[in-house]
Amino acid sequence: MAIHPKEQRLILKYADEPGYTPSIDSYLEHGGYDMLKKAVTMEPQAIMDEVKKSTLRGRGGAGFPCGLKWSFVDRKSGKPIYLVCNCDESEPGTFKDRQIVHKDPHQLIEGMMISAFANNVAKSFIYIREEMPHGAKILDQAILEAKEKGFVGDNVLGSGYSCDIVVHRGAAAYICGEETGLIESLEGKRANPRIKPPYFPAVLGLYNCPTIVNNVETLCNAVHILDMGAEAFTKIGRPNNAGTRIWCVSGGVQRPGYYEVGEMTLGELVYDICGGPLPGRTIKAIIPGGSSMKILKNGERYTGKNPDGSEYDWGLEDIPLDYDGIAAAGSMSGSGGMMVLDDTVSIPGALANLMAFYSHESCGQCTPCREGSLWLKKITSRMVHEQARPEDVDLMLDVAGQIAGRTICAFGFAVAWPVQSYIAKFEDEFREYAARLSDPNADRQAIKELACNG
Amino acid sequence: MAEENKENLITVNIDGQDLQVPPGTNMVEAVKMLGKEVPHYCYHPKLSVAGNCRMCLVEMGMPGRDRATGEAMLNEDGTPKIMWMPGPAIACGTKAAPGMHIKTNSPKAVESRESVTEFLLINHPLDCPICDQAGECKLQEFSASHGRGYSRFVEEKNVKPKRTRLGPRVTLDDERCILCSRCIRFSQEVAKDDVLGFTDRGSYSTLTCFPGKELANNYSLNTVDICPVGALTSTDFRFKMRVWFLKETKSIDFESSVGCNTVVSSREGKIYRITPRQNDEVNDTWMPDSGRELYKQVEAVDRLSFSSVNGSETSAVEAIKSAAELLKGEGVAIVGSGRNTVEEQFVLKAIADRVNAKGVYLVARYGDDDEILVSKDRNPNVRGALATGLISDLPAEQLSVLASQIDSGEVKTLLATKEDLVAAGLTVEQLKKVKLVVIDTHASDTTANADVVIAGLTQFEKSGTLINQQFRIQKFHKAVPGPVGSIDDLAALSAIQASLSGETMPTVVGTVWERIAAEGSIFEGLSFKGIPDTGALLDGSAFAGLAFAEGKSLHFEPKLEAAAAE
Repeated sequence: MAIHPKEQRLILKYADEPGYTPSIDSYLEHGGYDMLKKAVTMEPQAIMDEVKKSTLRGRGGAGFPCGLKWSFVDRKSGKPIYLVCNCDESEPGTFKDRQIVHKDPHQLIEGMMISAFANNVAKSFIYIREEMPHGAKILDQAILEAKEKGFVGDNVLGSGYSCDIVVHRGAAAYICGEETGLIESLEGKRANPRIKPPYFPAVLGLYNCPTIVNNVETLCNAVHILDMGAEAFTKIGRPNNAGTRIWCVSGGVQRPGYYEVGEMTLGELVYDICGGPLPGRTIKAIIPGGSSMKILKNGERYTGKNPDGSEYDWGLEDIPLDYDGIAAAGSMSGSGGMMVLDDTVSIPGALANLMAFYSHESCGQCTPCREGSLWLKKITSRMVHEQARPEDVDLMLDVAGQIAGRTICAFGFAVAWPVQSYIAKFEDEFREYAARLSDPNADRQAIKELACNG
Repeated sequence: MAEENKENLITVNIDGQDLQVPPGTNMVEAVKMLGKEVPHYCYHPKLSVAGNCRMCLVEMGMPGRDRATGEAMLNEDGTPKIMWMPGPAIACGTKAAPGMHIKTNSPKAVESRESVTEFLLINHPLDCPICDQAGECKLQEFSASHGRGYSRFVEEKNVKPKRTRLGPRVTLDDERCILCSRCIRFSQEVAKDDVLGFTDRGSYSTLTCFPGKELANNYSLNTVDICPVGALTSTDFRFKMRVWFLKETKSIDFESSVGCNTVVSSREGKIYRITPRQNDEVNDTWMPDSGRELYKQVEAVDRLSFSSVNGSETSAVEAIKSAAELLKGEGVAIVGSGRNTVEEQFVLKAIADRVNAKGVYLVARYGDDDEILVSKDRNPNVRGALATGLISDLPAEQLSVLASQIDSGEVKTLLATKEDLVAAGLTVEQLKKVKLVVIDTHASDTTANADVVIAGLTQFEKSGTLINQQFRIQKFHKAVPGPVGSIDDLAALSAIQASLSGETMPTVVGTVWERIAAEGSIFEGLSFKGIPDTGALLDGSAFAGLAFAEGKSLHFEPKLEAAAAE
């Protein structure tokens, strides 16, 4: 895949180079493991300080500062510290970690070993999604190669530090990607997220030991932070949004795919890089960061005040493509899975599709999410099967409101946000949809076709 | 809590009311101390916290601190400024910290409960009229007190398996299950038999046993007790009786020296079930399945329903008269029982003194110690026999000394209570050599060879006390009347003693206790009425030299790991 000139590739720099393979030879030829060699000569604290200074934020979804996360780790308990790479990439619309694992696995391994060394980790795990069997094989092979060269395992590069990496294939559920659900699953249990307090991973994580859980892309960034230095790293992107991000664009654009970019606007990505909507169509809305994030409507103005007091007034395409920019527009950059909905898409249909997914993936632990998600699925599915009722819109909003913020993990938000945002932005479409269905003379075939477009 | 050092207490505020609690107190329990209730399903005081039902959502806040200075933030009136959390918090997962404020009845908390109730009901069958749990169902109660009273759900309800056999004693209705996971946690944490789990996801989650396993441990019925809804039902009890008709009587499990506190539920003289009664010092809130079946002995086919002399039916009064006559003879020995009550043992001791008994014996009964709530000593009241002075040493399992006394002619008359002497090692020939008086409830080789048989009562038909392995004296009460023709063992023994001694003897538990307490033993100062429902610890130090058989048994400790992380 040709690299678009507007891209700024750091993590995927070599991944798509012709002839570049996932083997350790390819990686070494491109300067691989140099940073690990550098890291083991450094003080662990110095590496941690560097990561903290880089203002690197988590790439998995929540965007939590990585250095801060590391600083929470309980280092006085006397228990081993574990590092878990969250490679359970399953947010609909997201396929960035897959590229790293499939094309440049050693970069992840190097990033993990640097992070492990910095945090004095006793053992590391890569929790890889069950549905990525090929990726697991590649990682296994890569770890084997890295062990042979002394990058992983006992006495890493003669430093006296030892750490093994274990590849663990996931349990094939969306919730396995939730930090504490992942830990439960890694322990061999059903991936029910844990209650916090007391089970904060940094204190009581894997096997009740202090545990760091980081996303694949986040860990890879450790290599580049050491390489270019924290200061240079912070120069990429706006303040507090340092580094490149890999965006996975899907849906109604001419060139869907993954693109690693620095500072730019949403419009630049969607129109310039991805070529904009398909011929004859217009963009209706964009879900910016994976299916659970709130939808952004095209044509709307996004206004508000910056922290410095200045005001902003953006159209959809002007929204800065980073954590704070998308947050200022009322959504989240999430996992970087951007879905573009064009004018052929029925919003109620899209919502029905999403609710089918989330009701299927709710772990079933907390009452509001378990019952609420299926209820929403039943309502939306009834809606698109020509049995919408005028009161359904208000009911859905109410049900979503009863889920959000009342569950153990953030999955409750993932169910509620689409409902709340789709209705907030497209209430007319929902109401019109319901009204049309209560009209006995409605063209039912047309409605059906529209509904199937979800 | 009373022994808790006052200085260690912290102050929390619940609905505007300050309360002193030990740090780390679970907020559900803290609210309980105020006589209020935070409704909950998944939380159980004796299990780990799961926090999944979300019924106990409350508003929670902590005194604010200025980020820059670390100073406490104050309101205009000088009171600490409370920073309320934006979302509701689960009370069960919240541990008391200094200055913590919670609101259990704010509009937000009320709305949270209403929505959880709505969610729990949308897929729950509306079959209360045919559900065994009706009347003691938390979902039914909370729906009435915390529900909105109407349904907005017009979709089809989920369909799940009905009448699943989870084990020999437990039947599951999955549609009623609200997935609180209490039964799963109980099996893991208390019964140490990890056989239950959920399959499938979301609203289709289904409780089931692991493949090839069943819920068959001796504590399985506790899952039925703690099931907040009618999902887990006792196969023995289901469809037998509506619970609101049942009369509840406080009782004690007789099957071992643990002395689990129980409730016997009966209606019109018939017992329907036995369930555990909370006693944090003895059995927490649990009891073994085996103890729940003991009520079946009340109506067993071999139950003695009349007294007899030389094989012919007679009135209890006649039988007692004949017994007293026999015991006036020479060479009397007594076989008491670890299943007798303290009062019966006390009167037996008086009889033994009166007749100058050639020997007083008990029959030891040992089984496997499960280290939970069934101890090795399967007699509930050996310590009562020691404390009343009936015996001075631990009993043996076989009556071999007595056998040789009979063979040698030293013992010519025998008074036996609640024991089958043949099972304890005497031969029928030996029984035939002596004049035999038996007080028992069920027919045995011993009653078949007795000169006088007095039909006594089971523990469900009389009141009394027992002393358990901790030297805790615990009382139980009469739940149902005995069969026509039977007589209270204590009354029979007292009548015999009255006849032997010519004195008047008290015949009911309360008045016998006036005598017991007057003897100046470890019972001093006690009265039957004065013993609390959870029992009273006696000073057993006088018996410290005896090699009692019991090992350790269950005691609930909050999870240390989780507590330490706070």
